[in-house]
Amino acid sequence: MTQAMTQPATAEQDLAIEVKGMHKWYGDFHVLKDINLNVKRRERIIICGPSGCGKSTLIRCLNRLEVHQRGEIWIDGIELNDDLKHIEKIRRDIGMVFQQFNLFPHLTVMENCCLAPIWVLKKPRREAEETAMHYLERVKIPDQADKYPGQLSGGQQQRVAIARSLCMNPNIMLFDEPTSALDPEMIKEVLDVMVDLANEGMTMLCVTHEMGFAKTVADRVIFMDSGEIIEENDPESFFSNPQSDRTKLFLSQIL
Amino acid sequence: MSVHTPHPDLPPPSTSVGIIGWARKNLFSSPLNSILTLGALYLVVRFLPPVINWAILDANWAGSTRDACTDGGACWVFVKVRLTQFMFGFYPPDQYWRVILAFGLLGVLIAWLLIEKTPKKSWVAAFTILVYPIIAFVLFYGGLGLPVVETNKWGGLMLTLILATIGMFFALPFGIILALGRRSSMPIPRALSVVFIELWRGVPLITVLFMSSVMLPLFMPEDLRIDKLVRALVGISLFQSAYMAEVIRGGLQALPKGQSEAADALGLSYWQAMFLVILPQALKTVIPGIVNTFIELFKDTTLVLIIGLMDLLSIVQSAFADPKWLGFSVEGYVFAGLVYWIFCFSMSRYSQHLERKLHTGHKR
Repeated sequence: MTQAMTQPATAEQDLAIEVKGMHKWYGDFHVLKDINLNVKRRERIIICGPSGCGKSTLIRCLNRLEVHQRGEIWIDGIELNDDLKHIEKIRRDIGMVFQQFNLFPHLTVMENCCLAPIWVLKKPRREAEETAMHYLERVKIPDQADKYPGQLSGGQQQRVAIARSLCMNPNIMLFDEPTSALDPEMIKEVLDVMVDLANEGMTMLCVTHEMGFAKTVADRVIFMDSGEIIEENDPESFFSNPQSDRTKLFLSQIL
Repeated sequence: MSVHTPHPDLPPPSTSVGIIGWARKNLFSSPLNSILTLGALYLVVRFLPPVINWAILDANWAGSTRDACTDGGACWVFVKVRLTQFMFGFYPPDQYWRVILAFGLLGVLIAWLLIEKTPKKSWVAAFTILVYPIIAFVLFYGGLGLPVVETNKWGGLMLTLILATIGMFFALPFGIILALGRRSSMPIPRALSVVFIELWRGVPLITVLFMSSVMLPLFMPEDLRIDKLVRALVGISLFQSAYMAEVIRGGLQALPKGQSEAADALGLSYWQAMFLVILPQALKTVIPGIVNTFIELFKDTTLVLIIGLMDLLSIVQSAFADPKWLGFSVEGYVFAGLVYWIFCFSMSRYSQHLERKLHTGHKR
């Protein structure tokens, strides 16, 4: 990596994500306002807030699914800007899990997991399949490898989606409401996988309404409303002693 | 406290299975349906026997002149005598083997690609796309020691198949490019695609063919003469690719945005995402539309009649003018219709098979 691409002199070496004064608009709508966020390596962050507060948009900006218009985003020392090389590097580095799973329905579970390793990382097929099997075992569905996503339950699909992301060996994982589309019975199986992942030291940003999950794994909880970060704190203080009225109101409604 | 005992699975009631169940469900499910069933049955009984009598039982098959047609049914002798012309046009009879070889080879290649579990599909595909056109050109036209047969001698089913095959061969990839262009966020490719599609869709194929054969030569330099068949082919290919583009765009639009987002998030490039994730799904969705366009293209080749190319239909029609065979146009049209129907129906059946094969979700 060239010097030009590494982080600015002031940044700390162990920052995985650094967002500085980031703004985003959808047309005239100011959806993210002056977001400042530092995520250390191995840190687990939960982002919560009412719907439409911009929490999904925030994490989608981190891998350029959405484009921010002002401010800076640095991922592992690489600035996220229009440079396609940077975007490519950053996307390899970040895994993302979506609310609607977004598995590729025309490919089997195994093919879903091997697609990006083979085409993006140029891994030999055999090696990619071994890696995929390893992660499918970790999410406890190795026996479904030859099925198509449409033949699996929602919880199984989401676990495949997690395995698919892990096959790219990312340093950071983003979760965009990973359990919101699941039946209550299936939420636990997905959360279990995520807890395992957190315990292994994966850097995680997770948009979720699962406050129990937040309490068990989060290092930090971020509360957003109307495009702004209202409050951030460690989970214990966040839940027992919220500072702002808006947070108190939100917590009183969901807990 | 009551204990729950699972209810055992019971067989369905006997009236809902078997022939009786099928008939009740499909033929006599309501008074209106029953009337329609009986009405349809009446029409079949009333009209099918005469048709069979005319076409098969009372038909004349033997002989080689119209005097052989005495039984009152169809005179298939007419078609039999003219068959080689219907198939090959005015292609020299001693060179028929070249046409048969070219189509036979294409048939083998296509079968190889379509039948499951044949080895080395990618090599055969590459051969079909890159090498076969050259072989076919040499066989049809000549060169490399084979005598040249000018395109004005080509005709009949052979010409129809050449027009249709080449038209499809270009319309699909070109349609894909146009559809991607129209959905692109880059202004210039988008504008070019929109203009192209709207222009070609806005004019009738007959106009396109007329312009290609009558107007185009007026603007061309004297010494630059492009073959009439080539001009017709270019016209048909461009015309149909505009339709194809809109069919494929429908498929692209039906795809949830999450698919391309997931591909992006995994780090796939635009073209990787297109070819590995987006297009396989989009094309699968619009198989009915694609095959519809193909069938349309196949039948639209009959319009080359107006620029003097002798495709199957026009050569059959020209045979009606033969003074020795006046009055057999019904047989001729039935024959031509049957040939078109066989090809179109095969395409339709194959597309249904393909849809079933590519279906990866829950089956019901």
